[in-house]
Amino acid sequence: MSAAAHVLVIVLAAAVIAFIVVLVRSRRLRAKYSVLWFSIGLGLAVLAIFPDLLVWVSDRFGIDYPPATFMLLALSFLLVLVLHFSWELSRLEDRTRTLAEEYALLRLQLEERLPETSDGDAA
Amino acid sequence: MPRTLIVIPAYNEEQSLPAVLKELAEQTPEYDVLVVSDGSADRTSELAREAGVHVAELPFNLGIGGALRTGFTFAVRGGYDQAVQFDADGQHDPLAVAKLLAPLADGADMVIGSRFAQGGAVTYEVSGIRRRAMKLLQRLVRRLVGQDFTDTSSGFRAFSRPMLDFFAVTYPVEYMDSVEALVLACNAGFHVTEVPVNMRGRTGGAPSNRRLRLVYYYVRLLVVLVVSTTSRREQARRHELRHTVDDTGGNE
Repeated sequence: MSAAAHVLVIVLAAAVIAFIVVLVRSRRLRAKYSVLWFSIGLGLAVLAIFPDLLVWVSDRFGIDYPPATFMLLALSFLLVLVLHFSWELSRLEDRTRTLAEEYALLRLQLEERLPETSDGDAA
Repeated sequence: MPRTLIVIPAYNEEQSLPAVLKELAEQTPEYDVLVVSDGSADRTSELAREAGVHVAELPFNLGIGGALRTGFTFAVRGGYDQAVQFDADGQHDPLAVAKLLAPLADGADMVIGSRFAQGGAVTYEVSGIRRRAMKLLQRLVRRLVGQDFTDTSSGFRAFSRPMLDFFAVTYPVEYMDSVEALVLACNAGFHVTEVPVNMRGRTGGAPSNRRLRLVYYYVRLLVVLVVSTTSRREQARRHELRHTVDDTGGNE
């Protein structure tokens, strides 16, 4: 890797980490995700500073083309992440659904208790 | 005399609902009626209120499973002894409700009104693809629960109180809920049976199924049935869930 490319990768990794820090500090990222993304940022930084690490790992696993190792890791990570989001989404849907059900029943109860205000403009 | 609730899930059924409610009021005034408007954009809930029945109005469309679950929860909290799932589109006959409820007195937990059982009748067309899908479902259900049901997707059903307690929490919320619910109930050890009933054509609204979607939903259902109902852990989770709800009123 040329020196210029090396610097570029390091700068990019630093930018990613800085962005994560900003998100976490402004509380736009929940803590459980911040740990995850910090680990990723850290991994990127380590690889950016010591690109030979990737070559070494590739050699150990008999992968001729080191960038393929990186792709493999990145893809696996993204796959797991998307799966996790699907799971999270299912859970959120369940909760939203339960809330909607409870809301409908509470409203029904309220309307039947206050019949004169329930018609028309209560909604 | 057990207290009975008729649960009518309704999604944009202003065309047919008033006639259905009128018929119920005239022919079976002894049952309470709850209309669950499933995020209807038309006058469904308004018309139901005018008819003087209980109306639960969901803020957005949950699908029939969610609407039913709302109805079951209402039945449980309202102290009803049994409930009947009834269509808003005029397919079901109020006079058949008593027939549907009868096996509950003999210890059944869930009774399915079957169009295809001996003595039942269908007075409307069932398309070829639908018929084949129904046959396939029937065979699959027989394999999964070891009991034969002639009309697995019928939406005309009666539920005992224990069944309601169970379904208020676990009722499947995906499309084709009726088949999944049937398998779920059997696997959880509830006593499920069927009685023949007549069903009429719809008085309003269109069948909710488009062909390609129907195929997709059947495939999805097959996956769900085979995976989730054969999973012991899933069953354990549902039981646990049920107890959590019993203890704390729904908090996790």
